[in-house]
Amino acid sequence: MPLITPEAFVLGLSAIAAACIGLAAVGIGLGQGYAAGKAVEGVARQPEAQGDILKTMLVGQAVAETTGIFAFLISMILLFVNPLVGML
Amino acid sequence: MHDLNHLGPRIIVGFGDGSVFITETVFFAMIVAAVMIALAFWSTRRMEQQPKGKQVIVEMIVEGIYKLTEGAMGKHNSHFAPYIGTLFIFLLLSNSLGMWGFRPVTADVNTAFALSLTTCFLMQYNGIRTMGFIGKIKHMSSPYPFMFPLKIIEELSFPISLGFRLFGNILGGAIVMALIFTALETGSEALNLPIPLLQAVIPLPFNLFFDVFEPILQAFIFTMLTMVFVSMEIIIHGAEDHH
Repeated sequence: MPLITPEAFVLGLSAIAAACIGLAAVGIGLGQGYAAGKAVEGVARQPEAQGDILKTMLVGQAVAETTGIFAFLISMILLFVNPLVGML
Repeated sequence: MHDLNHLGPRIIVGFGDGSVFITETVFFAMIVAAVMIALAFWSTRRMEQQPKGKQVIVEMIVEGIYKLTEGAMGKHNSHFAPYIGTLFIFLLLSNSLGMWGFRPVTADVNTAFALSLTTCFLMQYNGIRTMGFIGKIKHMSSPYPFMFPLKIIEELSFPISLGFRLFGNILGGAIVMALIFTALETGSEALNLPIPLLQAVIPLPFNLFFDVFEPILQAFIFTMLTMVFVSMEIIIHGAEDHH
């Protein structure tokens, strides 16, 4: 007799995978922080262009965020609408 | 209170055998639209040459939207401003529904994709209008014809990433708020407090971030990216004209 049921095994591994997806935040954090730092440099050099720099920085950071959003969606799918359990 | 077990569309009213229904998202989107119409109607009554009171505020908003559009798309594209402004205010109101304890309209993937498909349609329509259908195909297959499939993937990935970005950010905020409220509720019950004191004060900074700052940011980013994508289709044509 197996120690754990297949459902429990799949659900547990899905939860581990969903937690590991949090690692995607590392890259986004680095990228957004780098963009913000460069924006600060730009504002320090040219304070009158602050509005434009802020706008460009926000849009760039939003685009850089895309990979993290996809990772988040995959973890949400694993947690709430797990398709792997249905395959058993 | 948000319910984490129902992330999909939630049906609140069904007609007939249940094949025709109104979801929670549609219901709140209608409310947001009604509020927007009422605000627009109320703010344009009894307008005067010398603006005062509410008219000053509304004129400031309209002017700001026109300035934003002209800054991002160029002076000759200011006719997009009404759509951009409507989109911005709709996103602002529907993202911040979490502040009133409801589920944000954009935390439903259907809303996010409806909006991003509108942007996609606007992009393709303006691209074909400025370059012509043949011109657009030619532009997509330049400099080398084998780039054509890659360009198609690129054009398809714009609306997908745009929709998922809005949806993911708002849903993430809603989930974090729900987790915070659940944790504080458990804490209040564990401490045997007569009134839920913990939920009253502690979530305020999180509310400020997820229901005020994030909606403004996401509404701004969505409209900004819409403007950038649409003006890309137009500017490319303008640059080719000078050659």
